[in-house]
Amino acid sequence: MTNEICNKQQQRKEKMEQEKYQSKVDNITPKPPLLKNICWAFVVGGLICTLGQFITDYFGELGFSKKDSSAYATAVLVFLGSFFTGVGVYDELGKRAGAGSIVPITGFANSIVAPAMEFKREGYVFGVGAKMFVIAGPVLVYGMVTAFIIGLIYWIRL
Amino acid sequence: MNKKRGKQSIMFTNPPIITSTANIVGPMEGQGLLQGFFDDVMQDNLHGLDSWEQCESYMMEYAIKKAVNKDNSTIEDIDCIFAGDLLNQLMSTHFAMKKLKRPFLGLYGACSTMVEGMLLSAILLDGSFSNKVVAAASSHHDAAERQYRFPNELGVQRPPGAQWTVTGSGAVVVSVTGNGPHITTATIGKIVDYGIKDPNAMGPAMAPAAVDTIWQHLQDTERMPDYYDMIFTGDLGSVGRDLVIQLLQEKGLDISSNYQDCGCMIYSDAQDTHAGASGCASSAIVFCGQLYKKIMNGNLNKILFLGTGSLHSTTSYQQKESIPCIAHAVSIEVS
Repeated sequence: MTNEICNKQQQRKEKMEQEKYQSKVDNITPKPPLLKNICWAFVVGGLICTLGQFITDYFGELGFSKKDSSAYATAVLVFLGSFFTGVGVYDELGKRAGAGSIVPITGFANSIVAPAMEFKREGYVFGVGAKMFVIAGPVLVYGMVTAFIIGLIYWIRL
Repeated sequence: MNKKRGKQSIMFTNPPIITSTANIVGPMEGQGLLQGFFDDVMQDNLHGLDSWEQCESYMMEYAIKKAVNKDNSTIEDIDCIFAGDLLNQLMSTHFAMKKLKRPFLGLYGACSTMVEGMLLSAILLDGSFSNKVVAAASSHHDAAERQYRFPNELGVQRPPGAQWTVTGSGAVVVSVTGNGPHITTATIGKIVDYGIKDPNAMGPAMAPAAVDTIWQHLQDTERMPDYYDMIFTGDLGSVGRDLVIQLLQEKGLDISSNYQDCGCMIYSDAQDTHAGASGCASSAIVFCGQLYKKIMNGNLNKILFLGTGSLHSTTSYQQKESIPCIAHAVSIEVS
């Protein structure tokens, strides 16, 4: 019994020391330049979306329906994201833009192409095939789960 | 005569000699602060090979062969090699050893591997079990990054406290006879864990381990920090370095004037690596280049050299475990 109390006291003491150390670390660790990061994300994210809108409008002018135009624009953006990942530019952009280049669909393309490139050396089955979705996989899984729940709510309300 | 000192230290009675060192780095390290202190700088991170892992093996093989060559020995003169790297199952090391065909003991001490190897080499030589031993370590930025974090081409933003894994390898030849500085004492570290869980904060995770070993070393050898011209830690980066100074100050020791971290000596600010360098090669390339040259030139006479290792795995941090860390120390002195 006394052992148990001793252990608990020891654990509590350790936890307190850890918390104390963590606050020391937080004080000394440089903070991310929040304003700069936000500006970068806003500008880059905005530019990618504006580009997407231009492409959509272009297809619209060619006489495609609105639905078709946006599908084609998506395909073009996915291609661009993949292309710039392949030539090694997208990670440089992502380093500065953060969410600005992750959230648009070009970022989704990047998250699939980057592991596919990286794991090519492990072969096309267990390398490219298996590892392609290591980053994007969770996005797909939880995207579908959310879509299902929203669909269910929609169905019940109707 | 008993060589054990205090709780964790060894004082060698026949201090082994570091007779030569060699190193090789990638292009980014070659453009950093230590230009001119490398035996070879590769043009790119693949060096014409098929994979980053093969490139890392090549670097280790090169460093060992070059060090043996500088020692005017042949690889057959080497009685044993202690080596390790960061990859799972020491992949790069094992493929390098396959080609060298010498007795070999693999080490995993993460970034403390270089010092761990030197420490064990010294024990083997002081005990008269061998005449000439090699200790080597390597790391490769891209190979480590893809194992521990994200694919290299993924557009992620690194936090300001993050460190950059060094591409490079270093090797030392330790002998019973010859010219060079002696490994006079060693302190074997124990695992210290202050509950840091963020794998991007390796400097803060390892700092308490470094402090523990420095403190214990000084206690065991009954020395003060100013006994050494310089104290070097392996790869704590700028955040970890400041924490070491602060934590030792709280214990009443001031090492701010004769302490530096190898991780802060490799890259320039313009290279945007954030908090500095990390990886097995961080301490290895700095010691095997600049530090060894300074010792041989007489600019440094007594140094305490610590390897600091953060012993987490990809599984451990996904399971929300904290990062266990270790630091080993050797003192290197010109007699």
